[in-house]
Amino acid sequence: MPFVEECVISGCVLLGALFALIGSFGIVKLPDLMTRLHAPTKATTLGLGSLLLASLMYFYQLDGVFSINELLILLFLFLTAPISAHFIGKAHLHSQVDPEIELPPTGRPCGWSTYEQTSVGDDDGRPAGDRGGDYRGELG
Amino acid sequence: MLSTALIIGFLAVCAATVMNLYRLLVGPTMMDRVLAADTMVINAIALIILYGMQQQTNAYFESALLFAMFGFTSTVAYCRFVLRGDIIE
Repeated sequence: MPFVEECVISGCVLLGALFALIGSFGIVKLPDLMTRLHAPTKATTLGLGSLLLASLMYFYQLDGVFSINELLILLFLFLTAPISAHFIGKAHLHSQVDPEIELPPTGRPCGWSTYEQTSVGDDDGRPAGDRGGDYRGELG
Repeated sequence: MLSTALIIGFLAVCAATVMNLYRLLVGPTMMDRVLAADTMVINAIALIILYGMQQQTNAYFESALLFAMFGFTSTVAYCRFVLRGDIIE
């Protein structure tokens, strides 16, 4: 393998591993869940992207064929990381946070939309805004 | 040089997985644990990619893709279970 390519691939591997380590260190270090959510969704996803890029270049060097598998994994992860982070944050807001006390005011006539908005498929007939802090008691 | 970089990468990702395991065990709320498990899945994908590079085979990419899909699906299913008390209504 040529020297320059090996340097680039090794740099990508090291960068990816460093970002994965930083993301997981943020999970341990940061104080609460809403800040902890930043570390894996940004740093770890970026690190895995760098690793997949290194793997793409490595197998292109090795076999001479451009493999689409890494690009699929990369695309899938970059598409799904914000969705899962959004779901985790929303579930945290609805299960742990009291919106009257812990959240700042929005400065508008409407409150925080995640508590007031009823989705299209919501067929339980409750009025909007009826799913505040005691939502955990309504499960089941 | 690449083999040294791969060994350093293995060590770093393993340390990251141990940190996630710490958060999975002590995490005060349930969503902390879900977040730690989600990040552990991503680190497992990183380990699979590194192992495939070390073994010089691309037979492991399908497993990495499956890990990515099932990690996302399980995270969303768990959050939906916490939100609605049910997964499929």
